Amino acid sequence: MSDAVEVKTLIIDERPVSARRGQTILEVAREYGIHIPTLCHLDGLSDVGACRLCLVEIKGSSKLVPACVATVSEGMEVSTNTERLLKIRRTILELLFAERNHICSVCVASGHCELQSLAQELGLTHIRLPYRNPQLPVDASHERFTADHNRCILCTRCVRVCAEVEGAHVWDVMGRGIDCLIISDLHEDWGASTSCTSCGKCVEVCPTGALFNKSKIGSGHPKDPYFLPFLNQMRDAR
Amino acid sequence: MSKLKLATVWLDGCSGCHMSFLDMDERLLELAELVDVVYSPLVDAKEFPAGVDIALVEGAVSSADDEKKIRKVRAHSKMLVAMGDCAVTGNVPSMRNPIGPEAILNRAYMENASAQQQIPCVVVPKLLKVVRPVHELVTVDVFLPGCPPSAATFHTVLMALVNGEPLDIPALTRFGA
Repeated sequence: MSDAVEVKTLIIDERPVSARRGQTILEVAREYGIHIPTLCHLDGLSDVGACRLCLVEIKGSSKLVPACVATVSEGMEVSTNTERLLKIRRTILELLFAERNHICSVCVASGHCELQSLAQELGLTHIRLPYRNPQLPVDASHERFTADHNRCILCTRCVRVCAEVEGAHVWDVMGRGIDCLIISDLHEDWGASTSCTSCGKCVEVCPTGALFNKSKIGSGHPKDPYFLPFLNQMRDAR
Repeated sequence: MSKLKLATVWLDGCSGCHMSFLDMDERLLELAELVDVVYSPLVDAKEFPAGVDIALVEGAVSSADDEKKIRKVRAHSKMLVAMGDCAVTGNVPSMRNPIGPEAILNRAYMENASAQQQIPCVVVPKLLKVVRPVHELVTVDVFLPGCPPSAATFHTVLMALVNGEPLDIPALTRFGA
């Protein structure tokens, strides 16, 4: 009986749903077609709960929990779409836009950017917070790719895909709080990196125009992170 | 019914929003039945008049002159529409913010000038330290993102505003559209 899957029943947005023990609220919600917006989550990578867009309410608790890392429990009652949550999600997006220099009109990812489309989805027409206008580096030293920190939202998808899937761990996070910066190797030029395999996975998983392929400038830059679950499946099967 | 008074204003933008406005083509005739354009780079009036019903503002606030203009526009208009990404977010004009106006002026008029190297200081207005979206200076009633908003967006929005109908802007346009 040790292999038996333990089934939990819970309620998401007034809908009774069933889940396996250990599943996250996000996984279960998506299985049932309940949409929770995310930015740092990506199917095929570990979850870190960094962006907080997937925050949900649990009945009986005043604390909000990130659906991508919170696991289900028996009898749990989850709300994913309350006024309070929408307000928080909009504010999170506004903070992201105000924190760095997101100039959509001249961004290589415009039209294919998850930050841009989430802003539209959540009804953002302007940013109520003052823009910080920080001075940030653009690392174009790599032969094929560029890292533009003006567009980075610190979701760490690049860090995770490089460490977990490619196994190279070129990327990491330097600094604290608002001074955080994604760095390659020991804060060296990407082009000088001895650990980078130039596989381009980080570029494909980047939700914005922070990492892009130089050959795609001016041509629209759709990203393709959907290979990850398949890659993981193939590896598990071996 | 008397026609509504419509004004359009051009601050620090590329005029692309006004071009897109003109791209309404034959729909402009339909609009002209409903509004009088009392002030605009497209018409002859020199002074922003009082009692404007709808003011469309293109461009970010980048100079002392822009700031003076936008305060007057706000004081003289019932409804102020931030038209396009420059007015809504600062957009391309705000790209100088991380390095400041001195660096920009030096690059343009000193480093890259082959003759008559000098920073212009007469007639042209003084640049503000920071380029800001319109709503950071005055109250904005309607935000219309897009670079530029399409002619179809302009048409839908203006017809709704003129007729006092509800408007779902995120369904029409977005930042960078």
